[in-house]
Amino acid sequence: MIALLKRDLSLSLGQGGNGATVLLFYLAVVVAMPFAIGPDKQLLSTVGGATLWIGALLASLLGLDRMFRDDAEDGSLDQMLLAPVPLAAQVFAKALAHWLTTGLPVTLAAPVFALFLSMETDAWLASMATLAVGTPALSFIGAAGAALTVTLARGGLLLAVLVLPLCLPVLIFGVGAVRAAVTEPDPFLPPFLLVAALSLFFAAIGPLAAAYTLRQTEL
Amino acid sequence: MQISAHDIAVARGEDTIIDDLSFVVSTGEALVVTGENGAGKSTLLRAIAGFLPLQSGTLQITDPDPDFADTPLRELCHHLGPDNAMKPAQTVEQNLTFWQNFCGNPHLDIIEALEFVGLDGLQDVPFGHLSTGQRRRIAIARLLVSFRPVWLLDEPTSGLDAQSQGQFAALMRVHLEDDGIIIAATHMPLGLDNTTELKLTP
Repeated sequence: MIALLKRDLSLSLGQGGNGATVLLFYLAVVVAMPFAIGPDKQLLSTVGGATLWIGALLASLLGLDRMFRDDAEDGSLDQMLLAPVPLAAQVFAKALAHWLTTGLPVTLAAPVFALFLSMETDAWLASMATLAVGTPALSFIGAAGAALTVTLARGGLLLAVLVLPLCLPVLIFGVGAVRAAVTEPDPFLPPFLLVAALSLFFAAIGPLAAAYTLRQTEL
Repeated sequence: MQISAHDIAVARGEDTIIDDLSFVVSTGEALVVTGENGAGKSTLLRAIAGFLPLQSGTLQITDPDPDFADTPLRELCHHLGPDNAMKPAQTVEQNLTFWQNFCGNPHLDIIEALEFVGLDGLQDVPFGHLSTGQRRRIAIARLLVSFRPVWLLDEPTSGLDAQSQGQFAALMRVHLEDDGIIIAATHMPLGLDNTTELKLTP
């Protein structure tokens, strides 16, 4: 399982694939926002948390359709099905690798991008915290979706349509927590903990669902 | 150890490809599956590996080797399919080391396995830079780096020159002497004696 995690990491970093591209994409989404809304600082900082979250959501879709497709195309997926390691553990490792190359860089870059949106310190700290605990859920939901669309030649679009609605609860509570951090009476902790709970829930159920799907798929 | 299939049927989508097929193959034996294109050779191998569900019938290990008493059939199998299961961006050694760690039960080390397929010295070359025949031989080396008793070989010699085919035949003989089982789907003679032929008709 560790071998699989290492290989996925070195593949996605090596191909110039994810790491840097994800950040550039994230930058593009976040920078597009001020152009769309206009240079109203007040408004920008109000929607800042939401923008960072939308960017993270879209960035997590990048490379998601390759999670199992690359392995299916070169025959590696067959070998994974024959491995002594439980398939769900393998999926967990792959989803973790996906998070380390998308969710984690996005989280770490959030404070920098918050500058573009003239967000207050409280707001970007809250954004970073919610992204850190929330983005794993996106990768684990994505793993189940990627397993479903693995045999479809152009599954990328369908995958996005399948995965985005499932990610909405994470988005709602993530943005809710950021807003609560800057609006006085609202408590930050309950929505934040809900986001964390969603991540744990999907970390448990996502790999199982994906593994079941891969076993049932007639490759 | 013995693998016995009794009246198995396998379907792809709606079409039943294999129907009422029975065979028995024991350690030290090679079963060569023949038949024209579309007869279901690959489908049979994929069903044995567990990639495709059986519609009916039973497929079981009888008289298992004590070393592998509780291991399910799919974890006893190496499947060499039409694709080589290697990442082009990684070196030969990285690829093989990965599969060795991943499949467990290490057998030959990487350099030794490469010598057996006649490609020693290429361990640091990215897999994507190799020729078709060399790639196939690296995929064959994967069978050697971790030991699994059952080899499911789907057109194993495709892309190999005559000399490499001879090398591969020698490797298969050694595997059979090590109490291995080989089930191979092929159009070409494998260069093994004492094989049983299983002819599929569409």
